[in-house]
Amino acid sequence: MPNATTIVSLAGAAVRAGAVSILRDVDFTVTEGESVGLFGTNGAGKTTLLRLIATLTRPSAGTGSVFGVDLSSPDRFIVRPRIGYIGHTPGWYPELTLMENLTFVAHAMGIEDALAISSLESVGLGGAIDRRVDRCSHGMKRRAEFARILMTKPDLLLLDEPHSALDADAIDLVDDLVARTVKRGGAAVLVSHDHARVEAVVDRTYEIAEGTLR
Amino acid sequence: MSVSFFGQARTVASRDLLRERRSGEVAWVTLPFGAVALLLVPIAIGTDAPTLRAVGIGMFWVVVMLFGVLVSVRRTGADSQSQKDMVSLTGIDPAASFVGSAWASSLLLIVFEVILGLLTIALYDIRIVGWAWVPLILILVAVGLGLLGTLAGGIVSTDRSAAALVPLIVAPMSVPLLIAATQAFEGLRLGHSILTWILMLVVVVLVLAIAGVLSARPLQETG
Repeated sequence: MPNATTIVSLAGAAVRAGAVSILRDVDFTVTEGESVGLFGTNGAGKTTLLRLIATLTRPSAGTGSVFGVDLSSPDRFIVRPRIGYIGHTPGWYPELTLMENLTFVAHAMGIEDALAISSLESVGLGGAIDRRVDRCSHGMKRRAEFARILMTKPDLLLLDEPHSALDADAIDLVDDLVARTVKRGGAAVLVSHDHARVEAVVDRTYEIAEGTLR
Repeated sequence: MSVSFFGQARTVASRDLLRERRSGEVAWVTLPFGAVALLLVPIAIGTDAPTLRAVGIGMFWVVVMLFGVLVSVRRTGADSQSQKDMVSLTGIDPAASFVGSAWASSLLLIVFEVILGLLTIALYDIRIVGWAWVPLILILVAVGLGLLGTLAGGIVSTDRSAAALVPLIVAPMSVPLLIAATQAFEGLRLGHSILTWILMLVVVVLVLAIAGVLSARPLQETG
């Protein structure tokens, strides 16, 4: 895309946890309308890189920005509503229903309740909106995460192992979310072990090994 | 559409109260234990009415402090990393999240105080003088404990090992609340002015509110 705006920019970024170096000297850029795949073995640093881009972890060294906001800035929470992050474990409150969880997010972000309902219906959970999360299967919780993304329409989609433990319909949902986000000028970063599945969806791929991007 | 600071705080408070309604943690765990603690004292020291009357108010506040602060520490400190991530990514101002959680805890603590207060009156044969002041004292202590517990819960959530710090944070900060509350009731009983003790409660509440709001963002970023 000519003159595409940079959404994610990392230059020499590193993340340490105590004495352990998790990410080293990472240079990484994602522009609008782009989708990127990240592959690597367990413990390679894929999730940490995704959390760094999601502003949930700060760089220990180097620089980085998301939507132009410095990743070390105390004001980085301002860009968070523009980020749609799905991690390994859904963050739903188990004692609340799917609808109550989604409306909590909706109210926090100034979104109408009606959009929460239609999003749950769109991912095939229309018949389970009043079901408590602790009575939902893992697949249903993942689908509800996709409903959250549909509802909040983020400009940057960050998906950690998005295809794992999903049926064929839900896998299509993931691919559809990525396509929709990229089509409206956003960007997507997918972390996975499944090369074939992700390479079919993204524009380019990287390998992470021992905290270094290749 | 952006949501105001108090709109965000109200959303967090509603979530916490709904979670409490579903889990019943305060109603079915903390409250019964507090009631048992109040019941054990008359069993231990006997049923001499003047003695019970003398220790009743103090016992009530000790039980409220010990069990009440658990309510708000538990509510704030028990969330998983993925739940904290989800809240962070909604863009809720951490200070609004602090205010909302403290607000919900304070409401729960007011209910907790009223039920245990009625039990104390029944078990210890307490005669309350100056009823008009009682709601104000109960509200100030509940807000103070709600703020203190939420602040301590926020510190705990930054690191598992920080859980060991909770008594060190909570104990000294709850002492002024305990002293002011017991002395206010004693002042009412003796017919003295309690304005000094009310002022002390207000100052403690303000200090905790300012500390909580200012530390909310650094604590969230550390967690």
